Amino acid sequence: MTKLHGFSRRGLLKGGLAGIVATGVSPLIFSRGAYAQEFCNNPTGDTVTLGFVMPLTGAYADEGADQQRAYELAVEHLNGGGDGGMIPTFSSKTLKGNGILGKKVAYVTGDDQTKPDAGRDTARRMIERDGAVMITGCSSSGVAIAEQALCQEKGIIYMAGLTHSNDTTGKDKKRYGFRHFFNAYQSGIALGPILGEAYGKERVAYHLTADYTWGWTQEESMIAATEALGWKTLPPVRTPVNAGDFSQYLTPVLNSGADVLVLNHYGFDGVNSITQAMQFGMRDKQANGKNFEIVLPLVSDLMAKGAGEAIKGVYGTANWDWQLGDEASKAFTKSFGAKFGQPPSQIAQTSYAQVLLYADAVERAGTFYPPEVIKALEGFEFDGLGNGPTTYRAEDHQCFKEVYAVKGKDSPANPFDLLEVVGVASKESVTYDPSIFGGELGPDTAVVC
Amino acid sequence: MDAILAQLLNGLDKGGAYALIALGLTLVFGTLGVVNFAHGALFMLGAFCAVTFRQLITLETVVIDPEQLSPWGAPLEIKTPLAQTWFGDFGAVLVDYSVPLSIILAVPVMLLIGIAMERGLIKHFYKRPHAEQILVTFGLAIVLQEIVKAVFGPNPWSQPIPSSVRGAFDVGAMIGLAPGALTYPMWRLIYFLFSIGVIGAVFAFLRFTTFGMVVRAGMADRETVGLLGINIDRRFTIMFGIAAVVAGLAGVMYTPLLPPNYHQGMDFLVLSFVVVVVGGMGSLPGAVLAGFLLGIVQSFASMSEVKQIIPGIDQIIIYLIAVVILLVRPRGLMGRRGMMEA
Repeated sequence: MTKLHGFSRRGLLKGGLAGIVATGVSPLIFSRGAYAQEFCNNPTGDTVTLGFVMPLTGAYADEGADQQRAYELAVEHLNGGGDGGMIPTFSSKTLKGNGILGKKVAYVTGDDQTKPDAGRDTARRMIERDGAVMITGCSSSGVAIAEQALCQEKGIIYMAGLTHSNDTTGKDKKRYGFRHFFNAYQSGIALGPILGEAYGKERVAYHLTADYTWGWTQEESMIAATEALGWKTLPPVRTPVNAGDFSQYLTPVLNSGADVLVLNHYGFDGVNSITQAMQFGMRDKQANGKNFEIVLPLVSDLMAKGAGEAIKGVYGTANWDWQLGDEASKAFTKSFGAKFGQPPSQIAQTSYAQVLLYADAVERAGTFYPPEVIKALEGFEFDGLGNGPTTYRAEDHQCFKEVYAVKGKDSPANPFDLLEVVGVASKESVTYDPSIFGGELGPDTAVVC
Repeated sequence: MDAILAQLLNGLDKGGAYALIALGLTLVFGTLGVVNFAHGALFMLGAFCAVTFRQLITLETVVIDPEQLSPWGAPLEIKTPLAQTWFGDFGAVLVDYSVPLSIILAVPVMLLIGIAMERGLIKHFYKRPHAEQILVTFGLAIVLQEIVKAVFGPNPWSQPIPSSVRGAFDVGAMIGLAPGALTYPMWRLIYFLFSIGVIGAVFAFLRFTTFGMVVRAGMADRETVGLLGINIDRRFTIMFGIAAVVAGLAGVMYTPLLPPNYHQGMDFLVLSFVVVVVGGMGSLPGAVLAGFLLGIVQSFASMSEVKQIIPGIDQIIIYLIAVVILLVRPRGLMGRRGMMEA
């Protein structure tokens, strides 16, 4: 047998292995994704399709329109257009403006009508017909929970939009679902001390609550936060979503003995109920020897704009505000303002951030294979997306970051200067034990569709 | 007691809207025998007359000033309303009172829309079954709302209450209660009085004018009136236009209470049909009575004390009442024999 000089079977193996490692093929060989690339809507061409489901009609349509703007901007920036927005400020530096993993980002949009069944149908169509590898959107927790459950079934990553119910990353959490937005529990922690300081410890609160998961959990969290201050709570009244005229629910407030009205309403419902409360003269009223006050625990610039005079002096909480002075917020506001002629709202920021976070997770995972993307997102620590240092907690897929207490500005400097940040709850103070809201994330098994 | 009175007031102002829509619906049904599912869309079109009027009088000139920057660093757009540029303070008053002033626009526009709708489409369906009338008018309602959606977008258009009648009125002080014990939004009181005024005007028109007398005769016996040589069809067409005006005015004055959107008509339609059925098909006083009755009942069902006992009752009370009334009085409160009974 001829033996080649300097070559042996062992040497060949060693050399081959070193070569594989050196050429960078190793991650593909040793990662689970390499031999399990069969998954729903694996993008094989030059483009990758993302599915954006938004409320373009219904009670939260104003939010949906801003969300759509944010998605357009995010795709433009991911594909290398514009000034890059928050990509340069994002602490993770994987995004280069060449799409995701070199594939150009394409997208499909759809209307969820602010209804869970319509949202689920739209998301399903995007997955089954349009080949969306990731679904993001919603401005309602009811819609988020419905879409998240569908995405878990289909093995599609779901990056939730504006959803504030404790249930989204609590009892209804899913392995495939991720939420950047804060939740009602965190609103309670951020707002409680501010309300105590502004309105004292002897108050009687009357809650009008949107009758679905978000309203229920916000009501629960606000009652817990205000009763901890010493406030009393009258039996809450549930109101239908998209009720329009809230006068029949507002009339009983006048003679109820309450001196604070807490409106657990969002979008147009929040705009209508606070405007109508103003028409009832509630802000000029005295009750129990105190000024009658209105609280809107979750408030946005869009609602503030709709409510006009009625929002002045009203306290609430927000995920983000375009007037935060950090570099990321400034960069995003500049980019958004230049393109759309108005500053972004909190839903625009969270939606934009979610698209970037997904794209970055895919880049870090080196694959679109969902179980690997999930791993890349779980426990991910980042900064530079407008909320300061943030953690995507692995246990419940909830982002932990600062939460802002805001107040309707009394003397706006310009038509967009509607809310001012009056308090910041630190990331640590709004962090809670994930077990308090129960739920199971479920498996991360890839699904072939 | 204060709480009950406040809720009663609320029921009356809600009932005012229901009664106005149901009145128009009954006028059409009683004269032309058509079940007009596009009637809610007429309410919505009326509301958008107010939106259009306001848009016209708040047209702005936009000048880009490169010297000044927006908060995000782009050149600032300076907007000046034309009405104020041209008319000064009077322009500002026009803008402030845009909602009541838009009635001037709404009356002719709604009359024309009503007549065009009747002559252009509905007259071709007089001799067709009710089911087909319902289908075609429902289709028309969808077409109208999609047109409004295409022009005005899906979002509501908020309309301000004139500054002099913003805020609440102390009703309690007027009836001898302690000051502040019973206050109610001024515009809602105005809406209630406005609805009473319009209802009164329609009834007076039918009762005290020759035209009204002929129409009432036609409603009772169309054939005989025709045999007398009276062109009853033309009068009924005008009545359709008047019904459209009534719905439109209800919509105009409602805009400060609830910003209108393209879907508003549909939200009111189902409710107003229940009102008509409860009142009795074809009965004008029945429609008005049922409108106020259901408004009051709905308002009381929304009270915390009631909802504690039966949660969600506010959502179903109107339909429950309709079921009970139809069981006890199948023709509704003031229904006439023979209506929809052929």
